[in-house]
Amino acid sequence: MTTQRLLHIALAGAVAGMLTAGTAQARDFTIASWGGGYQDSQRKHFFTPFAKEQGINLLEDTYLGGWAQFKAMQETNNLPWDVVQVETSERIRGCEEGLFLELDWSRIGDKSQFVEPAVDDCGLGVVGVSQLVAWNADLVKAEPTSIADFFDLEKIPGKRGMRSDPKGTLEFALMADGVEPADVYKVMSTKEGLDRAFAKLESIKPQIQWWEAGAQAPEWLLSGDVAMSIAYNGRIEAANKEGKNLKMLWEKNVLYFDNWVIFKDSPHVDMAYAFLKSYTDPKREAAFTEDYTYGPPNKAALQYIKPEVVAKLPAGDNIKDALFTGSEESVDFWLDNLDEITERWTAWKARN
Amino acid sequence: MTVLVERHAPANDIALKSKLAKADRRRKLQALGLIAPLFLFLVVIFAVPIGSVLYFSINNPEVGTIMPRVTAALESWDGDTLPGEPAFAALAEDLKASYAAKTLPRAALRLNYEISGFRSLVMKSARKAKRFEPPYKDALIAVNEKWADITYWRYLKAAGSRFTAHYLLAAVDLDLQWDGSVKPAPEERRIYIDNLARTFWIAFVVTVCCILIGYPIAYLIATAPARWTKLLIVLVLLPFWTSLLVRTAAWVILLQKEGVVNDALLWIGLIDEPMQLIFNRIGVYIAMVHILLPFMILPLYSVMKGIPREHMKAAASLGAKPATAFIGIYLPQTVPGLAAGCMLVFVIALGFYITPALIGGGSDQMLAYLIAQFATGTANWGMAGALAMLLLLCIAVLYPVYNRFAGSGGIRLG
Repeated sequence: MTTQRLLHIALAGAVAGMLTAGTAQARDFTIASWGGGYQDSQRKHFFTPFAKEQGINLLEDTYLGGWAQFKAMQETNNLPWDVVQVETSERIRGCEEGLFLELDWSRIGDKSQFVEPAVDDCGLGVVGVSQLVAWNADLVKAEPTSIADFFDLEKIPGKRGMRSDPKGTLEFALMADGVEPADVYKVMSTKEGLDRAFAKLESIKPQIQWWEAGAQAPEWLLSGDVAMSIAYNGRIEAANKEGKNLKMLWEKNVLYFDNWVIFKDSPHVDMAYAFLKSYTDPKREAAFTEDYTYGPPNKAALQYIKPEVVAKLPAGDNIKDALFTGSEESVDFWLDNLDEITERWTAWKARN
Repeated sequence: MTVLVERHAPANDIALKSKLAKADRRRKLQALGLIAPLFLFLVVIFAVPIGSVLYFSINNPEVGTIMPRVTAALESWDGDTLPGEPAFAALAEDLKASYAAKTLPRAALRLNYEISGFRSLVMKSARKAKRFEPPYKDALIAVNEKWADITYWRYLKAAGSRFTAHYLLAAVDLDLQWDGSVKPAPEERRIYIDNLARTFWIAFVVTVCCILIGYPIAYLIATAPARWTKLLIVLVLLPFWTSLLVRTAAWVILLQKEGVVNDALLWIGLIDEPMQLIFNRIGVYIAMVHILLPFMILPLYSVMKGIPREHMKAAASLGAKPATAFIGIYLPQTVPGLAAGCMLVFVIALGFYITPALIGGGSDQMLAYLIAQFATGTANWGMAGALAMLLLLCIAVLYPVYNRFAGSGGIRLG
């Protein structure tokens, strides 16, 4: 290869680089969500109809969770997305650090249309997700009737699947130990309360099998690896749609909402608001629950959903005594204590 | 031309010497030019990332840049008694300005690494900072009495330094105190040394298993007829064609309670009820050994195929028993391959995290798992960098040991 040829290639590369940098400036409206079948369903029910209405070319990307991708955006001042679906802690952090836009709710709709946890200064609820006790009705003889049974190895022997994360798990342990959802964070803020949560988990520790990914819980229930597991309600229903016989206990489930947030420096803020508004369409939300049984943010959506489906959603009566982990109290607790509790959690988990 | 001229001209030593030196320099420059791309490649691929990891592990810009006034005000403070009004005024001003600029959360998060709860103290005070009036000392303490606690001020001062050993010390379970002294971390929060020891132990066991399984296989491939050799090598390489994640997932299916392995063992009648093969250490060892075995077999094979068979025959003809001949003649010749294989397997095993995360239980997680959590989850790049440095340092310490064991020609892959 001659030097000249190399030079040509280098030049071509530089030009291509400049071109992509140029298009990044004027890139199309871009949405990032969680990928996989979930995003496929979002595309079918929301993205494609919206793009058609607006007559735009809508781009999509995948968000991997956590803060790393946002930190990179902050440090490079490069925004590849306009709207992204995030979890509670990232929503709060991005809102506080001014990465996400503080929403003008008058451009989305009346706040009273929505279930309370779906309304936030920076975020519009996308789906309500419940973490709850689930079991395989074909394999477990004595079925659990309360969350306390999750810790009762005599009544229901066998392994327990739990999420490998202190968030939500410690709260669940306290509630199973008799703490009311409203008092959970007050109790957990004291040393005794935190010790109590760990002690409750300790009581079944040899039987706990920790899962990392939401898909593992239904797999383990189906294979009989665990007798009961904490699971996301949508994953359990997805298995049931394939003819399985998994059951859920809605008592004091741990609820959170994912949120749409808009990037403050997005070049497409108006389009982003239009997108959020279209996402609140109750009929589209209702249709989406046919694919994924998560809780719709718009209360009006429930009237378009069959009652037998509503019974499987984190909505209505199912979340009346739920613990909402997106509340200010919960968020404050976890932002303050995450590092310390995570260290204790890791140390505790590693001890046999 | 030059040569011709020189032959006829009277010998001029100095001119010749300088010409030679010039030519020599040119050659050297040419040589340098030739290796420059490679050198640059090494710098970009190795030195820069490692340098930036080290930088992240000591970098501490948050408090100093986001709360500059109070940092400056506390510079000359001795930390013996609660600071005076100027420091409180500077803090109030910083809170107001940085809260409005939305930079404060980063500093608050950094302070929270020092004392849990520092974040909400800072953020909640800042929300009210607009309405503060002098004297600021009373105003701040009225918002939250923690501001009258000297501990918070001491750590505010300590966190203001441009660089910190906080993360590096935390990575070895030590707490950096505000005055620069070092204390062991509280018992219940000591996790990193244990985790490091476990990481090395798992890598060690995996390496030993790879030797025990890989050595005979490599010997088989090296001594098999040529047409078998090819097939066997393809079989060894086959797993490389699928991703690590797929291989890990496959082991989940094989090893689970109602999985293939348990079903087979039950059917043969070796066991009466399914064994727990997964979500414990056994599963982690099985999967990691399977994934890393080719890294042991290939270097061993490349060395073994170069050992003439006559050596063993010669040893036998001189009266050595097979075991003696193997230990005295064959084994020493395979040491370079063995050492290279061990090094590869051991070092790659040290960095595993997705396999233990999916197949292991709570007490089987390795250091890379914690690094990944810090790097991608909470974006605490200080801790991620410090733990990565710790791992790197341990490997660097082990390398001379390896070199002594393996001799200078240690790594020889071809």
